[in-house]
Order: sequence, then structure tokens, then C-alpha cells
Amino acid sequence: MVKPPIATGGPGPDRARVMQLLGGIPDPEIPVISIVELGIVRDVAFEGEAVIVTITPTYSGCPAMHAIEADVRALLSAEGYGRVELKTQLAPAWTTDWMPEAARARLRDYGIAPPMGQAGSDTHRITLHGRSVPCVRCGSTHTERLSAFGSTACKALYRCLDCMEPFDYFKPI
Amino acid sequence: MNCSSHHFDFVLRLGDSSLVLGQRMAEWIGHGPVLEEDIALANVGLDLMGQARMLLTHAGALEGRGRDEDALAMLRDVPGFRNYTLCELPNGEPVSQVGATRDYAFTLTRNFLFAAFQCELWKALGASRDAELAAIAAKSAKESRYHYGHAADWMLRLGDGTDDSHRRMQAALDLLWPYTHELFAADAGEAEPEAAGIAPRSETLRAGWLQAVEPVLAEATLARPADTSFLSTGRFGRHSEHLGHLLSELQYLQRAYPGAQW
Repeated sequence: MVKPPIATGGPGPDRARVMQLLGGIPDPEIPVISIVELGIVRDVAFEGEAVIVTITPTYSGCPAMHAIEADVRALLSAEGYGRVELKTQLAPAWTTDWMPEAARARLRDYGIAPPMGQAGSDTHRITLHGRSVPCVRCGSTHTERLSAFGSTACKALYRCLDCMEPFDYFKPI
Repeated sequence: MNCSSHHFDFVLRLGDSSLVLGQRMAEWIGHGPVLEEDIALANVGLDLMGQARMLLTHAGALEGRGRDEDALAMLRDVPGFRNYTLCELPNGEPVSQVGATRDYAFTLTRNFLFAAFQCELWKALGASRDAELAAIAAKSAKESRYHYGHAADWMLRLGDGTDDSHRRMQAALDLLWPYTHELFAADAGEAEPEAAGIAPRSETLRAGWLQAVEPVLAEATLARPADTSFLSTGRFGRHSEHLGHLLSELQYLQRAYPGAQW
């Protein structure tokens, strides 16, 4: 797992507290993983009375980013931060490589197969059949890809040919 | 303006192309041949809209006249758009001449040709001295790779498919190929962004694009059409008849109720 480059340091003891608070915000679509674990939160800084949270989008068109911004504002306001500013940062580009192992395990338990391999070095060309992804229910590798594009931008749809259940696959990117 | 007009035009061209093609993908929603492909094209369109948002926002910032992504997308008329003509072609009839409003062979072949182009483009722009553009390119490259893979698989499946699917794919390819010349056309306006390290000249992208396209065509048993002197001109603001109709749908709400919010 590659660690996401969250900036360290910065003024005030509250930074750690804000990061901890943000770690309690789940991804709107995948409630078992937080926006901090997903690598969406990149930095927390303070400027005068404002707390500035820097985030990065997962996919460029991801519609959940609106919900995430609203959740960040709502939570920090409720925790007493009068002024909350959100900044978007595009570089370095978000990658599934930043997802910690613990989060991947929780994804699997939730029913979504976690991303396989390292996206950064993955030159695997998308093929008609997709790579073999183990079934999240029965563990069988006798699975097939139904669609490279699933219910959200980040997922593909698979089906197990042994237990016959469908499951989502979080695509490496 | 905070930059040269050529720099602005270049970013606008990329943003407009993604916007217009994204709109064409959206036209398939609810009409896909199978559910998985309906969702696939919706996702491709969503990625393209995301690219358009980032690029048009950046173009507006470069221009420095207070136009944001919405103003650029919704309040310009046809001559103001800089997208490649390839992107504005309808998904089927009348261009495909198959007699269907939406033709999957035509749609997928266009996606394949354009996604291959975007992959080359993003790769080259990763080194741009325009840091924001380089960041957008690095992000978009990941998504365009999936678009290319999806379209390439369908090139194989339909090209090397039944007699009927092969015939329709070849017809689509023959119709679309001349529109790809514009992607690599010589353009005096690119001399300055190239010298400033902002963007490569269009001609330099063709070799890499052919390497991504030709082997797939061969494997799909499709004949690579001959190059012709036909040159479409959308990137210069001179568009086909199709863009106006697309904009009348895309922009209707904002034009009818200016400044509407909900």
C-alpha cells in the first residue's frame, strides 16, 4: 500500500482533532470506509478563524464529491468551527493505491471486491473478460465480469459462477 | 487575459470536446442495447463531463474575465465552441446512414478513435508547464485508459463478429476516419503554446495514436481506411450543422431561464 501524501505539520494542536473528525465521515456510497482512508482528504490547515480542508476528487465526474463537501461543512460547523473552507487539489492524481489494507478488508466484508494490484504500475489492458477477481462471498476465482462500468464511476460488476451471486469490484486507478 | 489567447483556445478546445462528447454519451442513457452498456456509456459520459468541468473552469481562470464553467458551457453559441467536429457528430443517423438515431457501431468506433487520441494527449500534457493542465491530464489519463479499453473490446467483438456487425463497423470506420485528420492538423496557433512548453503540436500525437489504433483494427479484421485530404474545422470554430442542435438541447434551460438556480 502506498501512503497518501497528506501534509504533516501545520499550526495548532487542532489539526489532529480535525483529521480525526474527518476520519469519522464515511464515503456516501460505501459507508464502511472513511473519506480519510480513501485518500480524499489531503490537508487540514488554519488561516485566522477559518479551517481549510483540502480534498481531491476520486473520479473527475464523481457526483459524491458534492455530498462529501456538504458532510465536511456540516460536521465541522457542528463541532464549533465557524468558518469552513474547502479547497480542491488535483495533483497528485487520486489513486486506489492509497487505500490501506484494513479498509480493503472492510470493503470485502461489505460485499465489494477491493482493487487488485498496484494501479500505478498496472499496464493490464482492459479486456473483454476482465481479470479474475475472487468472489467476496464464497472466495471462488471462477468469476466473470458482467460490465467494466458499474453502479458508480469507481466500480465494475462481476458475477460468481459457483455461488451465482453478483458483486461489485472497486477498480484500480 | 491572464495568458495568451492561443493558450486559452487550446484549453477551451479540450474542454469543449469533452463536453460535447459527454453530451453525446448522455443521449444513450435509457437507450443502451443492453443494461450493462447503458451504464457503461453513462459512466464514460460522466468522466467526460468531469474532464469538461475541470478544463472549462481552468479556461475561465486563464481568460480572467469572470466566466466560470457554467458560463462557458451554457452561454456560448456555435462559433464560440472549439471542439473537434468528430465529437459533435450524432450517435447515428443521418451521419451513419444506417437509418437509426443511435447506432452502436458508430458510437463505439467514435469512442475508440477519440479515447485513443485522448490517451496520447494526456500523456503529452503530463509534462506541460501549465501546472493545472498537467494535473488535469494526469487525472484524465487514468479514466481515458478505461474508455479506450472498453471501446477497443467492442471493436474486436463487433468487428470480428457476425457478417452484419462487421459490415456496420467497417461502414462506421470509413465514415469516421476522415474526421480524425482534424485531431492532428497543423495549426499556426499552436506554435506559441509549444514554445512556452504548454502543449505539444497536434501533428506530434499522430504516430502514437496510430500505434494504439491500427493493431486493434487489424485484430478486429477491419480495414484501416485511406487518409484523405478532408479536414473538418470544429477546432477553429467552424462547425458542422450538428453542433447547433446539440447546444439547443444542452443549453435550453439556461438560455430560457438565465441565471436559474435550484
